Amino acid sequence: MNNEDIKTLKNNSFKVWAVFATSIGLVMLGILLVKIGMDGMHRISMQFFTSLPSRRAEEAGIFTAWVGTLWIMGTTALIAIPVGIGAGIYLEEYSKKGWWSSFLEINISNLAGVPSIIYGLLGLEVFVRLLHMGESILAGSFTLALLILPIVIVSTRESIKAVPKTLREASYALGASKWQTVWMQVLPAAAGGVMTGIILALSRAIGETAPLIVVGALTYVPFTPKSVFDSFTVLPIQIFNWVSRPQAEFLVNAAAGIIVLVAITIVMNGSAVLLRNRWQKNVKW
Amino acid sequence: METIRIEKKMKTNTEKQHEIVSAEFMPDENFSTKRKVMNKIETKNVHCWYGDFHVLRDVTIAIEPNTVTALIGPSGCGKSTYLRAFNRMNDLIDGFKLEGDVLIDGKNIYDKQMHVNELRKNVGMVFQKPNPFPKSIYENVAYGLRVNGINDKKVIDETVERSLKQAALWNEVKDNLHKNALGLSGGQQQRLCIARAIAIQPSVILMDEATSALDPISTGKIEDLIAELKKDYTIMIVTHNMQQAVRVSDKTAFFFLGDMVEYNNTKEIFNNPQQEHTRNYVGGRFG
Repeated sequence: MNNEDIKTLKNNSFKVWAVFATSIGLVMLGILLVKIGMDGMHRISMQFFTSLPSRRAEEAGIFTAWVGTLWIMGTTALIAIPVGIGAGIYLEEYSKKGWWSSFLEINISNLAGVPSIIYGLLGLEVFVRLLHMGESILAGSFTLALLILPIVIVSTRESIKAVPKTLREASYALGASKWQTVWMQVLPAAAGGVMTGIILALSRAIGETAPLIVVGALTYVPFTPKSVFDSFTVLPIQIFNWVSRPQAEFLVNAAAGIIVLVAITIVMNGSAVLLRNRWQKNVKW
Repeated sequence: METIRIEKKMKTNTEKQHEIVSAEFMPDENFSTKRKVMNKIETKNVHCWYGDFHVLRDVTIAIEPNTVTALIGPSGCGKSTYLRAFNRMNDLIDGFKLEGDVLIDGKNIYDKQMHVNELRKNVGMVFQKPNPFPKSIYENVAYGLRVNGINDKKVIDETVERSLKQAALWNEVKDNLHKNALGLSGGQQQRLCIARAIAIQPSVILMDEATSALDPISTGKIEDLIAELKKDYTIMIVTHNMQQAVRVSDKTAFFFLGDMVEYNNTKEIFNNPQQEHTRNYVGGRFG
């Protein structure tokens, strides 16, 4: 074998390895989706979405769960979006670059890697007990908001950083204040990236179970919440609940619940991708 | 103390008498002193630093209104820094420091009382690379009005039209005012940036190599525009194009390594430079 043959061989074997590595993830995901689809697809019906939880598996539904998920996601978004964008703007536009801002930067990135159960314990101590929010939607939302804040902050910073300096200069040169420049030029130009980050953050939050169980989300809720002070359950907790039942019929329900959750996540991530592509097409510098 | 005051008083009285006399006998001269053109822009012993780097040393210049002044010199000589001192754009850079006086209409623009946004309303700027906002043509011109609290649609409509006409762009865009400005050609974008700058009626316009990213035809249009705008504004340009400096400017300042080497009528600078460095630079021997 001459030198060229060895090179070709190396090249090909690396290619095979790369294809294999990519396939593992895809195949696993495929198997998972097919298995769940086979188990739960026939259970998806109008009745499944409109029924309360029940002791009889065939009558049980995810009504309280998806309504609770809507409440939790809405409230979480209301808390995390303004705070996250505000912090991102401060760090990128206002704070002086120095050891303090690098310190903050490192810590925010670290926070994104903290296990979610830790956030649950923090939420239990601070929101449920210290601030007397009780085991409510509000406490759960604050906890999830903390959990996704690092993602929102980092993505806001990144997209603000990508806005060219010349745009800011143009605005300042016309007598605009910092606030006007940020609000009327920088944020709209960064909006695509910021929104993508928010959607990705929320699609992470929608699947979180552990922190919500810690702050006291109920596994059985026979009513839908009327306000943010009510107790609640969410889709992943409902699924968790069904999976832990011994009866096989409940596993079908769990599979159907997972289909709904996966569908929501795919739609959210898909719209994030769409948004990003659209934005890149529209804005050229 | 007492005597000094009396002396002063007496002096004032005699001065007054003189004035009366001169007013009676030489009304024309008195009139002309009143009308004597005040310098629009003046810098006195201006020094600039970026951190420890001393980028400008002791620049003193006086500029008359309704003139075009060209700042020339090799890259890194400090001419852009000098230009950006007049709308305090350098303030955006961490570690920038300026010493000395920069006067516009006799007022020191680095005074504590001077509001930087007010200043920038009065001193418009056009940048090297056309930088329209990623919005409609109309909104680009309207932005300066909006950030300065003008929201009356009629006023904005009129201003947009007047500014675009003044920037010689109106005929090309009047049917597409609400199209995205990023769809315009480079030369059109730069004229839009000029329209945007003059919409808020500044009295000074700074142009930082405003034509360096444009083709010769667009450059020609902008140069014609500068000659036209001179009637209403005091203009300062930074340029690497020496023919351009000759074509459009009345006065030229040559900068070299942070020093303002020579400042004179453009003709003098190019035909009869007094300094060795200037002669070499305008003669194309370096730079």
